[in-house]
Amino acid sequence: MTTKMQDKPGASGYLTVEHVSIRFDGHQVLSDIGFDLARGDIGCLLGPSGCGKTTLLRCIAGFESINSGSICLDGKALSNANQIVPAEQRHIGMVFQDYALFPHLNVQKNIAFGLHQLSSAEADKRAIALLQQIGLAGKAKAMPHELSGGEQQRVALARALAPEPQLLLLDEPFSNLDVELRESLSADVRAIIKQSNTTALMVTHDQHEAFAMADTIGVMHQGTLEQWGSAYDIYHQPVNAFVADFVGQGIFLEGKMHDERFVDTTLGRFECGQVSLSANGINGGERVKVLVRPDDIIHDDASQLQATVVNRNFRGAEFLYTLALANGEKLLALVPSHHDHAINESIGIRLEIDHVVVFKYET
Amino acid sequence: MALPTLLALFGVASALIKPDMSVLSHLAEFVLPEAIGNTIKLVLGVALLTSLLGVSLAWLTSVYEFPLRGFFVWALILPMAIPGYVMAFALVGTFEYTGPVQSSLRAWFGSSAAFPDIYSYGGVVMALSLALYPYTYMIVRNAFQTQGRRSLEVGQSLGLSAWQSFWKVSLPMARPWIVGGTLLVVMETLADFGTVAIFNYDTLTSAIYKSWFGLYSLPAALQVASVLLIFVVVITLLERKSRAAQRFAQSRSQPLASKRMQLNKKQQFMASFVCLLVFTSGFIVPCVQLLWWAVPNLHIELTAQFWRYVMGSVTLALIAMTIIAGLALLMAFAARTHHTRFAKVAVRISTLGYALPGTVLAVGLFAPIATIDQWLGSIGLPTPLLQGTMLVMLLAYSVRFMAVAFTPLESNLLRITPSIDAAARSLGVSGMNMLRKVHMPMVKGGLATAMILVFVDVMKELPITLMTRPFGFNTLAVRIFELSAEGLWERAALPALAIVLVGLVPAFMLIRQSDNHDH
Repeated sequence: MTTKMQDKPGASGYLTVEHVSIRFDGHQVLSDIGFDLARGDIGCLLGPSGCGKTTLLRCIAGFESINSGSICLDGKALSNANQIVPAEQRHIGMVFQDYALFPHLNVQKNIAFGLHQLSSAEADKRAIALLQQIGLAGKAKAMPHELSGGEQQRVALARALAPEPQLLLLDEPFSNLDVELRESLSADVRAIIKQSNTTALMVTHDQHEAFAMADTIGVMHQGTLEQWGSAYDIYHQPVNAFVADFVGQGIFLEGKMHDERFVDTTLGRFECGQVSLSANGINGGERVKVLVRPDDIIHDDASQLQATVVNRNFRGAEFLYTLALANGEKLLALVPSHHDHAINESIGIRLEIDHVVVFKYET
Repeated sequence: MALPTLLALFGVASALIKPDMSVLSHLAEFVLPEAIGNTIKLVLGVALLTSLLGVSLAWLTSVYEFPLRGFFVWALILPMAIPGYVMAFALVGTFEYTGPVQSSLRAWFGSSAAFPDIYSYGGVVMALSLALYPYTYMIVRNAFQTQGRRSLEVGQSLGLSAWQSFWKVSLPMARPWIVGGTLLVVMETLADFGTVAIFNYDTLTSAIYKSWFGLYSLPAALQVASVLLIFVVVITLLERKSRAAQRFAQSRSQPLASKRMQLNKKQQFMASFVCLLVFTSGFIVPCVQLLWWAVPNLHIELTAQFWRYVMGSVTLALIAMTIIAGLALLMAFAARTHHTRFAKVAVRISTLGYALPGTVLAVGLFAPIATIDQWLGSIGLPTPLLQGTMLVMLLAYSVRFMAVAFTPLESNLLRITPSIDAAARSLGVSGMNMLRKVHMPMVKGGLATAMILVFVDVMKELPITLMTRPFGFNTLAVRIFELSAEGLWERAALPALAIVLVGLVPAFMLIRQSDNHDH
């Protein structure tokens, strides 16, 4: 399987990963991974567990060697099949999933740990400045175990940022935190990274984290990079069915290409976006799957098109309705929650798709 | 580092494989029946009494609220500071015919004939149980702390009374810990030499000693040791099994900080009284008795000779501590970096030695070393080269106490996760710098614990030192044994007090540790 890449306009290729493959014990962990991350951007590798995203991160950090391909940072080669710059010489900071704070050092000393080039006075000054930045100025002398999870997380971030790394890597940085904390903290973390003008790459399985943090997202699946692009592109113009299914909610309707631009479905005829067509090489007359997101369905009492409510899921501001069409095909619809409909009730709907995405029909 | 353990096991096991029939028949006729019978009786008695004491005290202090409960929680651990052989002669001194208790009885009632003889089976069982019940108490209390109150609530929610819940829920849930604690006590009982010697109660350990130093027959000693080894192997296997059961039964929930149950006035008094009774007989009585003897004789006993014994003990403990803690540290780091099967097995074997009684180790290591000496002599070296040096003694110590040193180090090293190493490297620190700035500071605490524990254990150790020390080399423990063997209680009291003082150090360390879990 080849990696599909969409060039991000203006990408200068600060971090360049090319054709990276890894095998462990004859098992292909990563195959032919390639992407560019621009200087100052925050990238995110998104994928289900076991997709190889953490392994890729560890390759970039220098903890794993690669079997083929290359990894370059700012024009300098870090890893290829034959040689590898040791992790300690890469100037790449890392925030670990378990934070890995040094339990025998207080917060300030943890942050200053990587500043061995500086005098201790300068190192302390920088550590204190960072503590202020992460809002923990009062906790300089606290030991790691005295901090809450969110505080430990920020200390780990400050420790990684302290030596002004050329690149910052974050491995599932929010996975050990409460759901409520994740949202506020991801905004904080993004602000801190952006303030320090650091290029960063993080790994997560949570798309909301990816959306909140990243400028560019790479969706990974079974050791391959399926798509590398902005959050908007990944959601609205997924390059294949896996990406469409993994990112956001949606349902595939059956369709048939009328010609090379229009597709016919039970809901009518739609014009397809150029990108999705060319990316998938679909010809006129072919059977296809059409991606319909819940937000593409508009509840409209005046509409001729009727669907039956099969299931309803109250989400506060809106209902997520599962609807059945006359021919049995199912749809998901996000409807403002003052439209309260009972199960088996018929409601009028209308389709409003900006980006019609079609994929080859595979059974 | 597994080598000394294997050597000792080989030394003893060889006696098992090719028994010397003439020696064996003599032993089988005159020594073994009584020694084996006594050993089994002793183990059963001590196991029963310690589990009774340990479980009931642990239950009282973790589930109920009563006056002085907070004090008893840690005070009941203190008797472990008193080695069995000290507990033995202090209790004998207190309760024998001429002791203060029977003398008072005679003064008040004219006769003390009704008082049971302390030189009896009951006496040994009591002395050993008082010295050893803290193990069961601490282990079982740990279990009740985490699941005791919860288990009562479960039982009561299912319609059982508190009493029924204890028997049907709490006790079965704590069984792996009760069994584990009791087996630990059994191991200590099998290893005990000093206590039974003072009571003249012949067991397998004293039979080993008497065969070697009474009959001057190393083969006989080896034969007896091999019999004792069979007991030890069985108990060790059982103990491993019970530990696996503990892992299995480990509750995943955090201990509940719920309130302890209130007792009515009468019950409160009873609970306090039971705790006070055990604490008094296990700690206050022996300590007061030792002080009673030691203080009036202080000016006679505090001689240069006494300080020589102190120096002997301290020097020996320091040497052993340095060697054993150093080896354990090397082994722990090696096991961390090499995740091979070989490394795992080596660690397993070298930490198995804690189960081997000192008497078994002494003969088990002495025999092969003597053989090596003979061989060295045959190639023309002056002999004895190795016998009579500290070599056998230090080897035996390192077999017996390796686990003591290894366990705290290992648990510290487990905290150094792979991501800690990775974090240090990503911050530009690797190799020796990582060892200095990350690893050593993180194992410092464990290393200190390991050193203290080994130091104290060597100070208290009796049979290995007694049987393998170089000629003329004396320690406090040996001195106590020699004096008490001659019934010179008063003179043994001062060195005994010194040993108890040292023994209080790890007791308080354990107390602090359990405080951290206890709220």
